Amino acid sequence: MSIQLQAEGLAKTFNRRTIFSGISLSLREGESLAVTGRNGSGKSTLLKIISGVLSPSRGRCFLKIDDREVPAASSYTHLGFVSPYLQLYDEFSGIENLELFTRIRGHQVPRPFIEALLERVNLAQRSRDQVRTYSSGMKQRLKYAFALLHNPQLLLLDEPTSNLDSEGMATVYQIMEEQVTRGILIIATNDAEDLKRTDRVLDLNSLAAEKGAATP
Amino acid sequence: MLGKTILGVWLSAVILVAFSFPMVHHPSEWYQFPVIPGLEDKARILFFHVPMSWTAVVAFILAMGYSIRYLVKKNMDDDIKSASAAGLGLVFCILATVTGSLWAKFNWGSFWNWDPRETSIFVLLLIYGAYFALRSALDVEERKATLSAVYSIIAGVTVPFFIFILPRIVASLHPEPIINNRGKIDMNTTMLVVFLCSLAGFTALFFWMWHLKVRTERLALVHQTEGE
Amino acid sequence: MSSLWYASVTIFVKDLRSELRTRYSLNSLLMFVITTLSVILFSLGSENVSSDVLSGVLWIIIFFSTMSGLSRSFVSEEERGTVMTLQLTARPLAVFFGKLLFNTVLLAALNLLTVTLYLLFITNFVVQNYTIFITTMGLGTIGLASASTILAAIIAKANTKGTLYPVLSFPILLPLLLTVINATKMSVEGAAVYEAFSEFQILISYFIVITTISYLLFEFVWKE
Repeated sequence: MSIQLQAEGLAKTFNRRTIFSGISLSLREGESLAVTGRNGSGKSTLLKIISGVLSPSRGRCFLKIDDREVPAASSYTHLGFVSPYLQLYDEFSGIENLELFTRIRGHQVPRPFIEALLERVNLAQRSRDQVRTYSSGMKQRLKYAFALLHNPQLLLLDEPTSNLDSEGMATVYQIMEEQVTRGILIIATNDAEDLKRTDRVLDLNSLAAEKGAATP
Repeated sequence: MLGKTILGVWLSAVILVAFSFPMVHHPSEWYQFPVIPGLEDKARILFFHVPMSWTAVVAFILAMGYSIRYLVKKNMDDDIKSASAAGLGLVFCILATVTGSLWAKFNWGSFWNWDPRETSIFVLLLIYGAYFALRSALDVEERKATLSAVYSIIAGVTVPFFIFILPRIVASLHPEPIINNRGKIDMNTTMLVVFLCSLAGFTALFFWMWHLKVRTERLALVHQTEGE
Repeated sequence: MSSLWYASVTIFVKDLRSELRTRYSLNSLLMFVITTLSVILFSLGSENVSSDVLSGVLWIIIFFSTMSGLSRSFVSEEERGTVMTLQLTARPLAVFFGKLLFNTVLLAALNLLTVTLYLLFITNFVVQNYTIFITTMGLGTIGLASASTILAAIIAKANTKGTLYPVLSFPILLPLLLTVINATKMSVEGAAVYEAFSEFQILISYFIVITTISYLLFEFVWKE
């Protein structure tokens, strides 16, 4: 299955302040991009727009699977997102959360697959404990399991290695490499290590300086 | 400039006429109003209260229309128009409620009676109040515009229910509609003319004020954007 | 279409399980109904209050229970940061129908409690025509739940959620409240069922209109 991500002239304004404007991207499977820039330069915002959770003020962004455009309403089925703004239900256990979301998506995911995923992110021991008892590192790892549940062709990672120890980071870097082999990877980060792992970098600050767009 | 002056003169004339034309039992001259038994001089409020209520309703319809347009096109200008119409509508609604209440006191003895029309104008007041309460509880402009647009549409949709329900529930104290069921106009000609002039005048006043307010808000928007 | 239904039911079940597990809001809602009813009982004392007034009071209690309980399903998602999670896994309409279902079931349970206690403890309030009464309660509950759900979705995105909810809801719910109070009065006075038909018509059309408009507008509220 081939996947393409196309973004044309994306701009976002909040309360009459322009966060960024004129962003255009074109990515296909096997490609990866890191979005970087100062805090507040719009990295998270850009990722949210690409994921469809936020609408752009101008421009558009869409996915193409096998050269056919995916309607905006169902793009969420093809992507996975890890973000500090995203939380899981802390009164449910790790495994309950994952099962819940596969059911909501209408995706039949066999139990062994979920368990293997939890094993991968090193949460197998705590999978039956409520998420409220997890540390921030564990919550971050659970978010990875959540993002990978449906084998998304597009993976978006906002601050991929935040809250993680070196073991966690190693797992994440592995996940990132694997994602590139089967689809597109986009990360948002300022971490130098993270930035080495993608083939392209989009710096929102220098872009803004070039274009003279107002930055916060 | 000319428009403003004409409007000013028009409304002044209407107000003058409304108060000065004498009320006699059997009008023989063109400038005389008939006396409506039981109402007499207080009937003059007709020239003001009804146009104000009417304008408050027109304002709401306008606000709702521009809300729908905003949701479709996401153009901030439509939100400005909608909110400005609602702001003025609120003012006219307060005026209508107060004049109505005063009339109720003089005619029927108490300031409030839960007569269907009184209740409707009060509900409209509540809707306007809720609309602005919602707007003030939102910081991000795009959210403010979208959510208040949605609310105004929901409110607009419940209005027809009031028209059908209230008369069933509460007996009416309001005078027989002057434009009655048979569709004929029973009002004395002079009164009718003054009334219609007042109606036209108030409506024009509303549109003029609305136009001004929209221009002011647009300038404020530009000013703030440039200030960044 | 079936996946929409399935997703909605899953979200409904999720909300239900979440409430049952934490129980905070269920407990306080229960206490709210009991407390309000006690206040009413104390104020009435041994006074002989007409059934007209008692019909109105019943629905005041129900209105305030609605205001206490029905915003939670949306507000809790906002407070916990799970809105984005839902946006990434479910279609907006699935969220809407799931939460609508939850609110309806919650309100039905609350109303059952309220009505039972009311009938038991307020001796002056005697229902003569149970058909009218039960139909009114049923139609009133679904109408209330429907309007309250879209409004809850709206205020969940605002700052002063608690106080804003009744302010926004009252004008919208007023046609429904006036009608159900009238119909309840009829059931207490022993009117014949056909006399309440126009009330039932109004309640049914209110429910249809509000649900349809909510369904059309929900996505504007839910998505940013």
